[in-house]
Amino acid sequence: MAKARVLIRPKEGILDPQGKAVERALPALGFEGIEHVRVGRMVELEAEDPGRLAELCEKLLANPLIEDYEIESIDGG
Amino acid sequence: MRWGVIQFPGSCDERDALHACEIAGGEARLVWHEERDLEGIDAVVVPGGFSYGDYLRAGAIARFSPAMEAVAEFAARGGPVLGICNGFQVLCEADLLPGALLRNEDLRFVCRQVELQVGQLNPPEGTQSSIPRGETLSIPAKHGEGRYWAPEEMLDRLEANGQVVYRYAPGQNPNGSARDIAGVTNEAGNVLGLMPHPEHAVDAMTGSTDGLEVFERLAKVAA
Repeated sequence: MAKARVLIRPKEGILDPQGKAVERALPALGFEGIEHVRVGRMVELEAEDPGRLAELCEKLLANPLIEDYEIESIDGG
Repeated sequence: MRWGVIQFPGSCDERDALHACEIAGGEARLVWHEERDLEGIDAVVVPGGFSYGDYLRAGAIARFSPAMEAVAEFAARGGPVLGICNGFQVLCEADLLPGALLRNEDLRFVCRQVELQVGQLNPPEGTQSSIPRGETLSIPAKHGEGRYWAPEEMLDRLEANGQVVYRYAPGQNPNGSARDIAGVTNEAGNVLGLMPHPEHAVDAMTGSTDGLEVFERLAKVAA
């Protein structure tokens, strides 16, 4: 089994209110100078056939209309 | 007229939808998500709720249920399908409707009565509302992920094709939806989705019967 990590994030240009809310909270905690916060999702999985992961992302893990995804293989699995 | 209301684990408005279908006229029955058979059903309602816990994205998992496969075939044959709230999200995820529903702009769950403007410029044949364009319906909305979004060129196309069936009245957009869009149809006009809940506005006891317009519109497509 091949271990992989899928990162899913809102597409550039789509308002991400979660990211905005995090960004607005930061100065009150003393974190200045942080911008363009975007909140996405991460899915870890093990696959017999990593060649099919892109199809899996297109069909289920991400909605390609509104989200971008990246597949990373995790070494040492 | 025989209505089928799909029931997923996590649906919560299917009983009100059944009631609304019956008031609109005809018989209505629940269709469990594992059922594949829509034999004898003239119109389908995909109700609100939190199907499969809304895990991953609202509607993302529900679209792969056996019942939704049957609904996709039913819609492809021209059968009328109504998606309400979570049902709208499911139909968008299933590519039966254009666009997507995102987290409300202000991150708050909205629960209140909204005014909807009825109005398509060029509705597909046979799908016109009985209510004149520009008139408003008073219907409750309750959702956390109802911000309608589609790429600009898709929005232009939807408007040109008469697929934007409901808009929030000026100043009433509760979630940041693009162009105040509350409900859309597919290109053929037989699949309709909206975020507000017409099934909760069918009895004067709860303040409004305006929701019947939505069910009657669908019944007309079935006829």
